[in-house]
Amino acid sequence: MSTKARRKQATVTTIISLKNVSKTFRIKDGTNVHALDDINLDVKEGEFVSLIGPSGCGKSTLLRLIADLVQPTSGTVTVNGKSAAQARKTRDSGFVFQNATLYDWRTVLKNVELPLEIMNFPREERDRRAREMLELVELKGFENKYPWQLSGGMQQRVSIARALAFKPRILLMDEPFGALDEMTRERMNNELLSIWTEFHEMSVMFVTHSIAEAVYLSTKVVVLSPRPGRIAEVIDIHLPQPRGPETRDHDDYFHLTSQVRHALRGHMAQHGFDE
Amino acid sequence: MAANTAQPASPRPASPRIEWGQFRVLFISILIVAALGLFWEGGKAFAEANNYTLTIAGTTIDISLFNDAQLPHLSDIARAFGEPAQRNGEPLYQMLISAGLFTLWAAVQGFVIGGVIGFILALIFAHSRLMQRGLLPYVVASQTVPILAIAPMIVIWMGRAGNVELAVPIIAAYLTFFPVTIYTLRGLTSVPQTALELMQTYAASHIQILIKLRLPNALPQIFTALKISATSSVVGAIIGELPSGIQNGLGIAILNFSRYYNQSPPRLFATIVAAGLIGMLFFAAVALVERLVIRWHVNESP
Repeated sequence: MSTKARRKQATVTTIISLKNVSKTFRIKDGTNVHALDDINLDVKEGEFVSLIGPSGCGKSTLLRLIADLVQPTSGTVTVNGKSAAQARKTRDSGFVFQNATLYDWRTVLKNVELPLEIMNFPREERDRRAREMLELVELKGFENKYPWQLSGGMQQRVSIARALAFKPRILLMDEPFGALDEMTRERMNNELLSIWTEFHEMSVMFVTHSIAEAVYLSTKVVVLSPRPGRIAEVIDIHLPQPRGPETRDHDDYFHLTSQVRHALRGHMAQHGFDE
Repeated sequence: MAANTAQPASPRPASPRIEWGQFRVLFISILIVAALGLFWEGGKAFAEANNYTLTIAGTTIDISLFNDAQLPHLSDIARAFGEPAQRNGEPLYQMLISAGLFTLWAAVQGFVIGGVIGFILALIFAHSRLMQRGLLPYVVASQTVPILAIAPMIVIWMGRAGNVELAVPIIAAYLTFFPVTIYTLRGLTSVPQTALELMQTYAASHIQILIKLRLPNALPQIFTALKISATSSVVGAIIGELPSGIQNGLGIAILNFSRYYNQSPPRLFATIVAAGLIGMLFFAAVALVERLVIRWHVNESP
């Protein structure tokens, strides 16, 4: 079955669903920060959804709500048919942080094995899977290096391998390539696309600042407005799959990029945003 | 796609550099010892040439502490090691080796007892904020009480319990548990937020977080504490020996030689050198274990 057909068939079940979700943080001096307001969003299985918006619009918070790292003030978050808290306990999603968050005292291989150790996989299975994942992110030969011996891009690849090691149904990525240079970032984008193709029916939620990155990678781009974060626009990205360097030359690519830019700019102008 | 082309951010320095680094450390420490020796002997020579008085801005100070009866020549201290400690007895160095090993053994026992107690306290405090609030002030207060006041009590209690040999290790442990508690607690609790959140996304248990994150994260700090404890356990053992009436350790040797200081100052200096060497030996042993255990890159070196 072609990738395209598979993706089409896969967009049936809803894997993530947010209903009237709001989040207010109470910070130390007693004031409330209204981070997200009345978010309604459905993500179908196998989709690649990017969250884009100005800094402080709550896009990371949205991702953390799905991961059950923070809890909503009101509304419900449903992940894989369960509450976010239950889904965390059944390890339905893998999380990739902005900084790689590797453990200094573990080698590359042992870092990738970490979730498998926590989940009590047998030793051989851990080793086999971790090596397989490292091969997938093209880090074969670096198994016994320590994190400090790797470049930033390589460290982030280890953290992606770690998130994939237990084969979660959902991959949550919080600006994973934000700290990388443009060249490395493009390479990582392609690598991520091929991983997504390889992992059947894995859904990805991807927080980014980059319009180009969002359009290039996603099947759907969710544009958030500044604080309190609201969904300004949801733009379907109908570019052909699988994506590659030729995607950027596609006529619709330019059209979609400017559509996302306008959605962002419209809200910045309205709210007098300073970015 | 060309992967694996990125070079490691900071490659491990080649081995010749390490050897040069070690050589340089050795060179500098020899230089420091030589400078101190020069200062010592130079001060003595200077004082002798000025008849042990020094006049600064019209005020004359007595500097007779530089004379041979107060501050022996380094050569005299070195010679004292080879001379009998008592009339017709074994040479001083032999006596110091056996006394030093005796004291070191007590210090090691105290180090282990103190280390284990300190570690357990840190675990309890890291686990329970309430316990930390309630108990930590007393742990801190325990260290402000002079060990000299507590040592005799421990000796009496252990004597009553029929276990007076344990008194010295316990006194040493009293000095060593504290740094272990404080540093371990800091290491266990100063975990980066995202490192902890990563564990939460795996739904890891408290025990798993402790073993796979908090403890390895604390290891560099634990070793810092153990290095401090290693040296203070030797001090604790020597102090503990004084009220215990133990005749085999460095404590009694220091007591005796200070009593006869006026007859022979070099023997006390030689004993002090021996005590210092014992402490350094213990420190070096812990540092060696640290190097074997911590093979990763630690940013903040203590």
